[in-house]
Amino acid sequence: MADAKVIPFDEDGRGRRGAKASRVRNGRKRSDAGGGLAPLPLPEQPLPAQAGAGDAQQPQESPRPPTAAEIAADAEKRTEGLAEAFNHALGAAADRLLGGTWERKVAHGLAFLRRRVTGDYEVDEFGYDRELTDQVLMSLMRPLFRDYFRVEVRGVENIPDTGGALVVANHSGTLPLDALMTQIAVHDHHPKGRHLRLLAADLVFVLPVVNELARKAGHTLACAEDAQLLLERGEVVGVMPEGFKGLGKPFSERYKLQRFGRGGFVSTALRTGVPIVPCSIVGAEEIYPMVGNARTLARLLGFPYFPVTPTFPWLGPLGAVPLPTKWTIQFGEPIPTDGYPAEAAEDPMLVFNLTDQVRETIQHTLYKLLVQRRSVFF
Amino acid sequence: MGKVVLVTGVARHLGGRFVRRIKREPEVDRVIGVDAVPPEHDLGGAVFVRADIRHPMIAKVLAEHSVDTVVHMDVTGTPLGSGGRASVKETNVIGTMQLLGACQKSPTVRRLVVKSTTSVYGSAPRDPAVFTETMLPKALPTGGFAKDAVEVEGYVRGFARRRPDVAVAVLRFANILGPKGGTPLADYLSLPVLPTVLGYDPRLQFVHEDDVIDVLRLASVEPRRGTLNSGTFNVAGDGVLLLSQCSRRLGRPTVPVLLPAITWLGQFVRTAGILDFSPEQIRLLTHGRIVDTTQMRETLGYTPRYTTPEAFRDFARSHGPGLLPPDQVARAVDRLAAVLPPASEPKEHSAHG
Repeated sequence: MADAKVIPFDEDGRGRRGAKASRVRNGRKRSDAGGGLAPLPLPEQPLPAQAGAGDAQQPQESPRPPTAAEIAADAEKRTEGLAEAFNHALGAAADRLLGGTWERKVAHGLAFLRRRVTGDYEVDEFGYDRELTDQVLMSLMRPLFRDYFRVEVRGVENIPDTGGALVVANHSGTLPLDALMTQIAVHDHHPKGRHLRLLAADLVFVLPVVNELARKAGHTLACAEDAQLLLERGEVVGVMPEGFKGLGKPFSERYKLQRFGRGGFVSTALRTGVPIVPCSIVGAEEIYPMVGNARTLARLLGFPYFPVTPTFPWLGPLGAVPLPTKWTIQFGEPIPTDGYPAEAAEDPMLVFNLTDQVRETIQHTLYKLLVQRRSVFF
Repeated sequence: MGKVVLVTGVARHLGGRFVRRIKREPEVDRVIGVDAVPPEHDLGGAVFVRADIRHPMIAKVLAEHSVDTVVHMDVTGTPLGSGGRASVKETNVIGTMQLLGACQKSPTVRRLVVKSTTSVYGSAPRDPAVFTETMLPKALPTGGFAKDAVEVEGYVRGFARRRPDVAVAVLRFANILGPKGGTPLADYLSLPVLPTVLGYDPRLQFVHEDDVIDVLRLASVEPRRGTLNSGTFNVAGDGVLLLSQCSRRLGRPTVPVLLPAITWLGQFVRTAGILDFSPEQIRLLTHGRIVDTTQMRETLGYTPRYTTPEAFRDFARSHGPGLLPPDQVARAVDRLAAVLPPASEPKEHSAHG
């Protein structure tokens, strides 16, 4: 309810708020990046200037007529000076473009590159490459999260700071962008910067390139074994029990939750005793309004559905650009599962009841968020 | 009176090493090495009996020496010397059947150790990321060494049912790497340029030769207090390496090839006899395979001395750098860092940090 009161202000000051939020985030990131470089406050800006001045002083110190060798040396110096000036200009441009700390970023990038090319990094059993995810994959998705969908994240503190948790979310939007946005939301907004490990459909691991990226981003196959292993290790696991039924549902059924699988996620949570955090995502339904489904083509390609939207496939690749909807991701109150006896996971009645409880919570939150929403795009 | 250990497959490098190792055990009295061809290496005082395990003669060897421990190491993917895939399969499957038949008849056999492989789990995109011993693969291996191993394990389970008095240990080893190579994967990693499957980066797990020998030894003697050495165990080093990481650490460039093309290439390479690039091997290099080693740690009570990256480092060191040695590549990056003028100071920091 408290949220509902906050919203109108938010509508007025959205532009300002967004800018502030991104500034805060930038600041945090910068301090993260500079964690090991604390003793260097801000020497980068004056550095090239000093170096340039030092070089320029020397030729001025010779008042006598210069010899040929000196002229040559002088010319060399001058080109050097020119290079310095060029570097300086480049630096200034990069400063403006990348926000002040470009040198540190370049150095950081080179150190990163060095580790990558020599294979000196670690992955876990699931193929999760933490460094690559943090430095590259997340950064690639972040503009989409921040500037394109302008995702508003609420209640992220419902995810515990330590230990396992199962985030259960609704699934929509033809392509699983909502899952990726939730991953960024948890990482960027959670006070402890937790990493969401998503459970993905088997189709993801069949497709070349996609499977490689998914594994490196920490996703794994949606099966009880993998989910249990991750939860036992105290990871935050994200699951979208609607699966393809939710992802590929027609536009007319938007925000109507589909069946929640067979409740496998609840029994896994019960077995590991981790809390279930319901998560409602508003905005993803409208990115690709699926008005039709080319079933024959889908069967030929081996996909569960082949979307037909007002723009796709009519406009070709241009039609695959998602609509810039405004998103809200709301994490709800965690539902504890550690109070149940050990054999609770084998009790179908309890599992069904809990599944329904989670489903109802998400559905109600969706309706509440939809009522508060003023427009799909703003 | 001490134990009498019979080891099969001693003509191979690993078999030879194990015979020499088990001979030094104080409780072991005699070691009998069996293989169809005489070994080129020294067996360290063990008795060598030239016998083909595909023939019933093996029963006589068991009876003659009153063997009480049988270590079956003759389950392998590659032929020794001449002989094609057919003879390997026959040795694996028929040989195991004969050996188990002989063991069943023998009143003295108390313990059976079988060297198996984690490839019994197959490699498929629909499998869970980490296999435990009790998991059944979604898709059983359809051919090659992996299928042999599945069949061998089937016969071993049948034997364990018929002779409950015999302690049976099935050791599923991950890809074995050592300074000497000799496994199909080691041969693959020794190629100057590694063909990979486009769009896939398999997760690999290795076990060092020294750990293989130690686990085999642990399984062939009486269990220590609080541990149990009969049952099925996954044996692998900790940690995971991606194929891309392996190639970078080896300094061998990769050539991504489309999956259908690599299957064709594999067939070509195989018929040309350059390398054993079997369909099963290609599946491993597409989807990878990781096993859980909790049972090995907690039940068998063994902690591997080499992690997967350490086993790999040992292998890489003995094989020399490839076309793009990692230290040279690193130096190139350092030079690039030196060319960029102003930010040389923080670079050093972040390189270490």
